[in-house]
Amino acid sequence: MNFATAFTPERLQEAWDCLINEFPFAIWETLYSTLLATLFAVIIGLPLGVLLVTGEKKGIRPLPAGLMGFLNVLINLLRSIPFIILMVMIIPLTRAIVGTSLGTVASIVPLTIAAFPFIARLVESSLREVNPNIIETAQSMGASPLQIVMHVMLPESVPSLVTNITLAITTIMGYTAMSGAVGGGGLGKLALAYGYQRYRYAVLYLAVIVLVLITQIIQSFGTWLAARLDKRLKNK
Amino acid sequence: MIELKNLSKQFETTDGSVEALRHINLTIQDGDVYGIIGMSGAGKSTLVRCINMLERPTEGTVLVNGRDMGSMSQKELRAMRRKITMIFQGFNLLMQRTCLNNIMLPLKLGGADKKQAEEKARELLELVGLPDKANSYPAQLSGGQQQRVAIARALVTEPDVLLCDEATSALDPKTTHAILELIRDINKKLGITVIVITHQMSVVQEVCNRVAILENGEVVEEGGVAEVFSNPRANATRNLIYPESADGGSVFPEGGQRVRVIFNGAVASREPLIAKMAVDCSILASILGASTRSVGDRAYGYMLLDIPGSPEDLAKAISYLSQTPDITVQVEAEYAAKEVDE
Repeated sequence: MNFATAFTPERLQEAWDCLINEFPFAIWETLYSTLLATLFAVIIGLPLGVLLVTGEKKGIRPLPAGLMGFLNVLINLLRSIPFIILMVMIIPLTRAIVGTSLGTVASIVPLTIAAFPFIARLVESSLREVNPNIIETAQSMGASPLQIVMHVMLPESVPSLVTNITLAITTIMGYTAMSGAVGGGGLGKLALAYGYQRYRYAVLYLAVIVLVLITQIIQSFGTWLAARLDKRLKNK
Repeated sequence: MIELKNLSKQFETTDGSVEALRHINLTIQDGDVYGIIGMSGAGKSTLVRCINMLERPTEGTVLVNGRDMGSMSQKELRAMRRKITMIFQGFNLLMQRTCLNNIMLPLKLGGADKKQAEEKARELLELVGLPDKANSYPAQLSGGQQQRVAIARALVTEPDVLLCDEATSALDPKTTHAILELIRDINKKLGITVIVITHQMSVVQEVCNRVAILENGEVVEEGGVAEVFSNPRANATRNLIYPESADGGSVFPEGGQRVRVIFNGAVASREPLIAKMAVDCSILASILGASTRSVGDRAYGYMLLDIPGSPEDLAKAISYLSQTPDITVQVEAEYAAKEVDE
């Protein structure tokens, strides 16, 4: 990379045009693929995270050890495959679901597959923070396992869940940028295909700055929301 | 009526099995405020959890109104748990829910109508003296207030039995007193049988009519509170009633003749007992320690006296003090043992 030629007035003008013409749509693509993938990953990962806690030997509804072992291995396995490789590995699955493996919509499939085990682990850790005495108290009131999950474990861990889902969203947004390397859309594609491969470094930097800004905004909002929802903090 | 028959509980740990409860036999009558007292690790929390099957006993049966808790289906057991409710040392309120919602929870779990549940919950907030805290969150309340909310929550399903697991152990003495008063009120007004688990004799003294003393998973003594207090037979009981004698009274000078004067509802301070003994018998006893509490105009507790002079003086002092109604006198165990040695 040559900085002297990367930021000449013409290049900066080009980057500015790109910002006006290309960025809005790229930002939109990044956001919706991130949020949809997070949504699907939560739909799969949340119940899974609940099972990881309730189904263990000392849990409120123990499941067969074999099943728990299988779930844990599956989650660890998916978590240990680097996202960019996972994306290529599951192209047949993506095709089967979306009809193509290219484009922003198609990238939601690998994003979901990569994110749900992560979400499951985050949900697991949030639920483990719930005071076990409160769960025992619910049992002493005659609550069924499902009622304990719905009326005690999930409501009590809302602030922690919000914090963890925020973490997941920012991580998944990082993945969407990676997906730009293998057919995905959004800011990642702009940075890699336009900025890097066509030597438009000003565009590359601009894309990174926008990604950083979006991440900051999401993180700040998540932190604010979690604090606002937490009723353990006095004087509110 | 709650009957525990030959109840035993073993825990499997990595170091082998631990016997938490051994062959417990107890009967708790309707309307009792029944104390179960013991040191930490005596098994009292396990015992109370066996009553509502939060812990499954390894052996023996728990009968509540003649029904075997251990052989119930999950569904029957859940229904039963609405009638045998529980409060805890840590209050265990949902921190993310308002007091009102906390109290409504047991009714919601039972599928009650929301409006009726709210009405009932407000009634109970009134009963526990917190009508203005409906929309407060537990974190905004003091410990005593949180326990009141927990009590309201435990009463919302109109139970027959209230289990209190160290319910006042996290509270200061004044708040403890207020909570115990509330528990006694509930017992009297609503006729709810109360089982109080505690390590504090003062708690038993204040609210219970009967008491069982638990040591190493066994009931070592059981009976009416006044009876057990005035004449503690088991060592564990004595240690609980006179905790300071557990360290051998080493703060006091060696030798001397010591007696323990136990007040079991003696009419308090009508007569200056020790001063009168000095005048009537010329025995100049010194008070080494005392812990008394008056309930109404009656005294409960003990006084530890050092009696100077010969063994005859000691005998004289004992017979003099014993004349007063509702007072028992015991020669201190350590001292007696020492004398035998010499």
